[in-house]
Amino acid sequence: MGFELTQEYIFGHLNYWLFSVLMMTGLYIVVAKGNLVKKIVGLNIFQTSVFMLYISMGKVTGGTAPIFPLDMQIDPDVIYSNPLPHVLILTAIVVGIATTALGLALIVRIQEEFNTIEEDDILKIERAITQAENAIHGESMGGPA
Amino acid sequence: MSVESTHVAMTLNDHLPILQVLVPLATAPLIVLIGSRRLTWSLAFIASALSFVIAILLLMQVIDGSVISYQIGGWAPPLGIEYRVDATNAFVLFLVTGISTLVLPYARESVKSEIPARHHTLFYAAFMLCLTGLLGVAITGDAFNVFVFLEISSLATYVLIAQGSYRDKRALTAAYDYLIMGTIGATFFVIGLGMLYMATGTLNMADLADRIADQGANRTVRAAFAFIVVGMGLKIAIYPLHLWLPRAYTFAPSAVTVFLAATATKVAIYVLLRFTFSIFQPAFMFEVNTLEFIILPFAILAMFAASFIAIFQSDFKRMLAYSSIAQIGYMLLGISLLTDTGLTAAIAHLFNHGITKATLFMGVGILVLRSGGSFYNRIQGMGKTMPWTSAAIVIGGLSLIGVPGTAGFISKWVLVEATIEKGWWPISILIVLSSLLAVIYVWRVIEVLYLKAPLAGTNYKEAPLTMLIPMWILALACIYFGFATDVTLTASRAAAQGLLAGSAGMM
Repeated sequence: MGFELTQEYIFGHLNYWLFSVLMMTGLYIVVAKGNLVKKIVGLNIFQTSVFMLYISMGKVTGGTAPIFPLDMQIDPDVIYSNPLPHVLILTAIVVGIATTALGLALIVRIQEEFNTIEEDDILKIERAITQAENAIHGESMGGPA
Repeated sequence: MSVESTHVAMTLNDHLPILQVLVPLATAPLIVLIGSRRLTWSLAFIASALSFVIAILLLMQVIDGSVISYQIGGWAPPLGIEYRVDATNAFVLFLVTGISTLVLPYARESVKSEIPARHHTLFYAAFMLCLTGLLGVAITGDAFNVFVFLEISSLATYVLIAQGSYRDKRALTAAYDYLIMGTIGATFFVIGLGMLYMATGTLNMADLADRIADQGANRTVRAAFAFIVVGMGLKIAIYPLHLWLPRAYTFAPSAVTVFLAATATKVAIYVLLRFTFSIFQPAFMFEVNTLEFIILPFAILAMFAASFIAIFQSDFKRMLAYSSIAQIGYMLLGISLLTDTGLTAAIAHLFNHGITKATLFMGVGILVLRSGGSFYNRIQGMGKTMPWTSAAIVIGGLSLIGVPGTAGFISKWVLVEATIEKGWWPISILIVLSSLLAVIYVWRVIEVLYLKAPLAGTNYKEAPLTMLIPMWILALACIYFGFATDVTLTASRAAAQGLLAGSAGMM
């Protein structure tokens, strides 16, 4: 009994487990990696996990592809999967692609301006700019900023 | 709901809700396709002005508490996408289109000096897309549609912020950071929507509200609420999730900062309002707990921590960005009181802070145009050389503090009233104390502008009229709404009551 419950718990919710694992993997990459491109890759994995959540949600046990026959003779016994989440996720995929494209374009511009796409190096450069600004400001205001 | 009316020929007036979104949406590609640098600005301005007129017409129709339901393509909700205008979002539409119509004339000079001419067409196209997204989020009655429009506006926003890179290359990393955080926020929001769909099988807001009320709270609904609050929290910049905001506002082009500060976070707050009050019911214990034990403390923390940081800034623009985080705290405080008066205060502050911050950021933009920077040492003494600009900044600053006679005072007053009404007087004291912090950071700017000698060898001209007029319209609005209190408060109260009525108000 206890074993069956565990089995049901693990395998019955397999899509949710995989969703959580993918989601956390993606989020971890976004937070932990210093390379800007890798962060975008992490973001993609994170978004893909949500696609999986939606698509697996639309599956009805024993259901087939939600396409009506051409002659529209619909057999009431046939079970169809729910197509709505799939359609929603088409939109989300488009949004994801746009985000990725924009992120990569920004990285190209960052590379041109900063000559690096490593977060640590960028932070160093930015800190130097800020310190220079503060020094100028401090002098003219009569004391350290 | 009038299903019969779908086959009756409709007048233009009936199509106003879709035109509200369609006008700027169609203008964006039009600008790019025409590609003429001279026509670009005029097209954008005409589209924005048209949207403003539409927003006013919509607001007039719903101010008495009625609701307009528009079915896209004639597909009846809950299956089709529905646009739904009530007092709350008509108010938000009015704010967003009004600000954008004022920002565009201002943007003309400012953008000319900050962005190379070859990017102007694309800049205004992105601006129109951003406007489309914000209007779409506010007007739609379909939960998934909110996500789509949210991402339209966010993607356009990232592009607009990155345009600041011609002045300071840090705009690029600011835009990148915002992209990462904004996308995480939006994805959290979608996860929340997915869970709601799992629990209810619908995405129409009114339908969602009904079904959640029927089945009561379960773990899926609670998890959905958590995901949606965190996701929107990232977009609103609720205190611990605010890290993208100061950098994005500081390095974005001046006109973009004005527009974003006055509209983007406000629309995100509107979404939070819609979800907490219309879709989920405040009757749910988990919601009350979230608001009282998580949002409320963070709102108070934001009011103080962000104000403290603002005091020690030496850059006018960055100071205002931190002050925005503090002001968002007031709105969240009003929401988390969960009372009629509290919500009225939050919605009124949403509007009043919008016009106040727009005035101030416009002032910064003019100072940047003339002096090339917004650091206190660059702008010192400019009160003497640019009296009109500086005077408007002072008015905005007073409204930011909440001095009687300005718009900022009204909403803070109602907020204090709401806390006393609820018997939480320590919070009333905290509101007053944090306003004193605002006195300090606003005074620093006034001191720099008026009491310091102008930099040697500089003689700045007063700003061009195209920038001064929009700024003064907003500055005068700050004063006008400080005296004509019934205008904002009536609309806010109607909105608050509509929201608190819950799903009953939506049907």
